[in-house]
Amino acid sequence: MASIELRNITKIFRDAKRKRDLLAIDNVSLSVEKNEFLCLLGSSGCGKSTLLNMIAGFEKPTEGSVTVGGKAVDGPGADRGMVFQQANLMPWLPVWENVAFHLRLKGWRKADRRDAAQDYIDMVGLRGFENHFPAELSGGMSQRVGIARALLLNPQVILMDEPFAALDAQTKMDMQEELVAIWQKQRCTVVFVTHSVDEALVLGTRVAVMTSRPGRIRELIALDLPRPRDTTGPRFNDHKRHILNLIREEGLQQRQAAVA
Amino acid sequence: MNMTGQGIRAMTALSKSWERAVVPLFILAAWEVFSRSGFLPAALLPAPSVVLHTWGDWIFGFDETSQGNTGRWLADALSSATRVAAGYGIAVVSGVALGIAIGWWRWVERTVEPTLQMLRPVPPVSWIPLAIIWFGIANKPAIFLVFLGAFFPILMNTIHGVKTADRNLIRAASMMGATEQQLLRHVVFPAALPSIFAGLRIGIGAAWMLTVTAEMVAVKSGLGYVLWDSYYFLRYDLVLAAMASIGLLGYATDALIKVLMSAALHWQHGSTLQSREG
Repeated sequence: MASIELRNITKIFRDAKRKRDLLAIDNVSLSVEKNEFLCLLGSSGCGKSTLLNMIAGFEKPTEGSVTVGGKAVDGPGADRGMVFQQANLMPWLPVWENVAFHLRLKGWRKADRRDAAQDYIDMVGLRGFENHFPAELSGGMSQRVGIARALLLNPQVILMDEPFAALDAQTKMDMQEELVAIWQKQRCTVVFVTHSVDEALVLGTRVAVMTSRPGRIRELIALDLPRPRDTTGPRFNDHKRHILNLIREEGLQQRQAAVA
Repeated sequence: MNMTGQGIRAMTALSKSWERAVVPLFILAAWEVFSRSGFLPAALLPAPSVVLHTWGDWIFGFDETSQGNTGRWLADALSSATRVAAGYGIAVVSGVALGIAIGWWRWVERTVEPTLQMLRPVPPVSWIPLAIIWFGIANKPAIFLVFLGAFFPILMNTIHGVKTADRNLIRAASMMGATEQQLLRHVVFPAALPSIFAGLRIGIGAAWMLTVTAEMVAVKSGLGYVLWDSYYFLRYDLVLAAMASIGLLGYATDALIKVLMSAALHWQHGSTLQSREG
């Protein structure tokens, strides 16, 4: 059974100021299998984050339905862990309290929360930083806390909204490697939004290439490249060339449409 | 090496406290000289040494220079402080609670806020006649005035703090399954806390100001009462001693709130300009 099911999703944003409707997503259907690592790839403004927010429950589709694990999504919930573009940590809580925030909400005792957090802190390689505050962390470390926090929910699916976009190249590569390792170990379903072709090809089991205005899925590409992925290998580059061509074509069509 | 490090730190601490003392000491010395020069009648501007003497008698009661007030300072200070504590306490609880409600729920904002905003520009002092009619001459009108003075700054700052809370933190918490009540308690309140503390500090200043004002007209005890009473008896040394007492207590309560603030907001350490303050 599919883990996530998007059926005929259409999203129209009401632009109240200009009294105009904007068709952001046009009839997208997509199903994500259990344990899959799906990358939603597209340029900014193509609606990939909107799609992710619908799975998370932060936004509702104008038409169509979203189900996760067979249940219709009607709001955010702890069965779907989300990692945001900015880590969004509570700045007044130390690292371990941020990781265990969900347990705080569930009314767990402090000692139990502390114990439970440790596994996930170790998993993302933050041992020794348990009592640091978010203001004392680098961007990469903050994202690790964000990932640990999502993992602690033990969710059916993990949603990631360009979590590494603000990191430097080296840190980004390390984080991607670790994320794949964690995903392989935890056996969870991941939907990962990115605008980087390389990132999508390094991480995903499948890549959904999106077109913009209105957002549609142009092509679904299954990746059967062995891991760890060789970013300079011929097969990797074949995929990359293909995707870049799709994107180029799309850009060309849009410019022509704009002229006409 | 450790020793010299400590030594240097102690020296800088010492020179820093000197920095602070320079201006007040200079003012006091100039004032002393000016009062003793005979340029003004001594009774109109008593020298700091005279004020200190009277103040000492007011506190410890050694030679009755402060006449009927001798040895009664602690009782006077306590009755003022109690009024401040009562009125301020009510203002903190109601201001923070109402501020969070107004900042969070649009319907509360629409129904309650316009009324409050119309009451806000009315100076608390202008409530004195009504306060006396309603509460008589005793603690209650003073507490009422203190409440009025402290309530609005605390309310306004709390509203501001709630409204400027980071939406993304709220999203993150609801992703982790927070209910509305949990959002308020675990996200909105702590996020608004820096702003709330700004309101608390403005509020405590207003609280002292209004206790003293109330004591001048509506109460027969406390530092403000002694101040006004001494004015009738032309005891400007006592007036000045009362002013200094109020300043000192106001400073002390503000320092207390600052200590509470740095304890509650220790997480801001190193990330804000404020955290550089000593």
